[in-house]
Amino acid sequence: MKKDDWEKKSKTCKERDQEFTTVSGLPIKTLYTHEDLKDFDYDRDLGYPGEFPYVRGVYTNMYRGRLWTMRQFSGFGTPKDTNKRYKYLLKHGQTGLSVAFDFPTLYGRDSDDAFACGEVGKCGVAIDTLRDMEILFNGIPLDKISTSMTINPPAAILLAMYIAVGEKQGVPTNVLTGTIQNDMLKEYQAQKTWIYPPEPSMRIITDIMGYCSDNVPKWNTISISGYHIREAGSTALQELAFTLKNGFTYVEYGIKAGLSVDKFAPRLSHFFNSHLDFFEEIAKYRAARRIWARMMQNKYNAQNPRSYLMRFHTQTAGCTLTAQQPENNIIRTAFQAFAAVLGGTQSLHTNSMDETFALPTEKAVKIALRTQQLIACETGVANTIDPLGGSYYIETLTDEMEKGAYEYFEKIDKLGGVVAAIDKGFFQREISRSAYEYQKKLERKERFHVGVNIFKEDEKVNIEILKISKEVERDQVKLLKKVKKERNNAKVKETLKRLRMAAANDENLMPKILDCVKAYATLGEMCNTLKEEFGEYHEPIIF
Amino acid sequence: MKNEDISIKMNSLKKLLKGDKRIIAQTISAVENDTNTKILETIFPYTGKAYHIGITGPPGAGKSTLVNVIAKKLLEKNNKIGIIAVDPTSPFSGGALLGDRVRMTDLALQKNVFIRSMASRGSLGGLASKTKDAALVLDASGMDYVLIETIGVGQVELDIAQVCDTTVVILVPESGDSIQAMKAGLLEIADIIVVNKGDREGCDRLIMELKFAFELRDKQAGWHFPILKTIATENKGIEELVSAIDSHRAYLHKSGKLEDERKGKLMLRIHELIEEKIRAHLKEKIIKEDELKIMIDKVYKRKLNPYRIASNIAKGIIKSQTRRK
Amino acid sequence: MDRKIRVIIGKPGLDGHDRGAKVVAAALRDAGMEVIYTGLHQTCESIVEAAIQEDVDIIGLSILSGAHMTIFPKVLNLLKKKRAEDIILTGGGIIPEEDMKKLEKKGVKKMFGPGTPTTEIVDWINENVRAKSKKTKTKKIKKKTGKNRS
Repeated sequence: MKKDDWEKKSKTCKERDQEFTTVSGLPIKTLYTHEDLKDFDYDRDLGYPGEFPYVRGVYTNMYRGRLWTMRQFSGFGTPKDTNKRYKYLLKHGQTGLSVAFDFPTLYGRDSDDAFACGEVGKCGVAIDTLRDMEILFNGIPLDKISTSMTINPPAAILLAMYIAVGEKQGVPTNVLTGTIQNDMLKEYQAQKTWIYPPEPSMRIITDIMGYCSDNVPKWNTISISGYHIREAGSTALQELAFTLKNGFTYVEYGIKAGLSVDKFAPRLSHFFNSHLDFFEEIAKYRAARRIWARMMQNKYNAQNPRSYLMRFHTQTAGCTLTAQQPENNIIRTAFQAFAAVLGGTQSLHTNSMDETFALPTEKAVKIALRTQQLIACETGVANTIDPLGGSYYIETLTDEMEKGAYEYFEKIDKLGGVVAAIDKGFFQREISRSAYEYQKKLERKERFHVGVNIFKEDEKVNIEILKISKEVERDQVKLLKKVKKERNNAKVKETLKRLRMAAANDENLMPKILDCVKAYATLGEMCNTLKEEFGEYHEPIIF
Repeated sequence: MKNEDISIKMNSLKKLLKGDKRIIAQTISAVENDTNTKILETIFPYTGKAYHIGITGPPGAGKSTLVNVIAKKLLEKNNKIGIIAVDPTSPFSGGALLGDRVRMTDLALQKNVFIRSMASRGSLGGLASKTKDAALVLDASGMDYVLIETIGVGQVELDIAQVCDTTVVILVPESGDSIQAMKAGLLEIADIIVVNKGDREGCDRLIMELKFAFELRDKQAGWHFPILKTIATENKGIEELVSAIDSHRAYLHKSGKLEDERKGKLMLRIHELIEEKIRAHLKEKIIKEDELKIMIDKVYKRKLNPYRIASNIAKGIIKSQTRRK
Repeated sequence: MDRKIRVIIGKPGLDGHDRGAKVVAAALRDAGMEVIYTGLHQTCESIVEAAIQEDVDIIGLSILSGAHMTIFPKVLNLLKKKRAEDIILTGGGIIPEEDMKKLEKKGVKKMFGPGTPTTEIVDWINENVRAKSKKTKTKKIKKKTGKNRS
């Protein structure tokens, strides 16, 4: 049968929906064939794994060599509580650590700050001084494990603390492996954790890039994150475009600061969301690899092939979890994790079923980790590389994603680049509009969430919830007071003064921060010192 | 919905005059929602003391930030400050998202500050009128200054400028702004011009253009229109702006214009209120919507014309008026 | 003239997750309400002060940081201290059901869990503000007659 004939025939068939689109709203055809890939050129558009433009994967033999890192984001209560959870996860086969900090820490405030009241240890672990980091990694050899830290405005300080803990364990800095998120642009756009205005934030970031390329060469200095952009309500295309554009902005700032692109770019990593639409997500990761490689080569003249590699971490979409029929979240998460693996992720976090209520219990986290282990050991999907490569649908979607991203790049350039567009509220507006649109679609039942707007049931949710005791805040503040009493306060004052001077004089901040950290200056003291020099950021109000 | 009983409200008059914030807030709601002017009549004798500053400019010019820093400066001199921030209403639902407070959160906790967001509520002219009433409530509550912030996009701003002793127009050095502002008649109402975000490209060029435009008006007005550069987010140029407001105030006093202008504004207000009342009366009692609807078909087919219909109805009213005399 | 319903949507505490707050704010606007949005990182004091100055009918708080058991009671206390208990307090976020019930017992009028359609929130507000204004009306009339008698 000819395609035309088939099309005629298919048009006579009734369809169950008026229109079919991806979760992000891209139209989907009934069928994709070779005709959708008319200009397709294998070598140019896909290439081989580990070869330009890396669409099929960043490494030559991908999961045939080594599986992705199973890295569950975790942290709560005091450093002692979290240390215990880490040891539990490592015992059950987790292969990397990922630290979740509490809100006061994320905002650079000490546990005894007025703003911290009620928040200490609630959403992550509380860190005030080096003493807390020593407890957090007690008994965990930093030369044997890689650690990812989700920290942004005070990233330099937490990295310095990690380096200092390593020193105490006798681990030299060039052996340390891990990641700090350190992606401030997406904070202004989506996650809204900030201290200083964008320009000084960018300066701190380039300081870290410069310091690490000389001293901590195996450290990923920025995890350029689309995860939070997506969680804030963006579409897959917006997530892809904004994240990569942010990444290129870091590259431009690095070059402007006088760093060699091939020295710092290989240490940039990425972090994406894995949402509901299975194929769209896979296409997103593949398009991201191609765009990154092409732009790094053509626009930023990188020569080192490692600069072309878009390596990424994935987390399943927290915003798709439902409070209704929470066990369904296990299944949802499994599909999302599956997409991330088919998309060639380097590491993965799977959400736990109870996270619409609170931080996960041990049992829920174990199921989430087991989900990854099941995919790795039972399904066989990791036995060949990029198994969906060449699929008419996947390749078409990948192309469309790439095209859409370039259109967004152009728009952002017209606004004067990422920082100017943040100031104008461009990203914030795009994201909150998409979020509202999505909500309206749910309410009009143009999109479905099982248990929420379809297959609902009257239920009494009965699952175990992790509770953070009130004692956490009290204990943490007590320890902080003790450290402040025992440390050499004159030395703290002196190191903070030097930090302030470095901030005023364009000196690299990292060595000064390390001195402060080693003198047991608190996180809040250091951030406030920098705030005096850099000022504070205030959000523009965008709906 | 919350239909306040006016006589009881006025039991709170003492509290209002003393500046009780809960009462100020409820009184503003009452005048905002009620066509009855009894409250306003009661408080009017206690007004006329506050100095009114209008702050207007295109969206994104940084008005709220600027209001915030101006208010802080005025606070240093122990002034009591009332702020009204006006945001547009959604033309579709009549609802509004009011976000101006975000810029002023630390200010809102000060004892001597009261901030109120108002939605334009769609009704043409209604907004200006309600804003003026709200300003009157703040005036009565013992504020030394009332700052009114509006988006400079048209007639509404020109109307609100009527209650303001000093009007500050804010522009930013982005293409087209100055032309737009002139088109909208914004510059006509300005006593002081501010170019905010003064660190941006195009700032000096915009200032040059403005200076040129104002040269002529300077001579006529006897007031030298200051054109100032600020960076509100960095608190730069605010001292100069506040002192320009002070000089304008001093100039109005010295020249006797303050009294003249305020009298003129009150005169206008009376006119406005008469028109409002008559318009309401016309709508309710005189113009019979149903009859008009019947005629409209003929008007559409050009068998009748709007001019004749209007003048016939008007003639009827005027006749009955003269008869009464 | 019918009084428009005024609502303040507040983000107290440190968490920056404003997706829910903004979606709800937009939905309330589209339902014809006047919504005052406080922005992120507000103290309980500034939210209550704003609620009073803006003379709102409802305060809606969005908390995803786990600090709900501290923040909601604090706001209730402040409202009491300022004699503004008539302002209805509601909210939502990442909050276990058990805690929601506790908060409702303490005086939060209603807690909305994840997945609540915005239309449900709109209906609830309409209903409760109407009920409240009826109550205040009868109270006022009583007051008035009391005064007349004396």
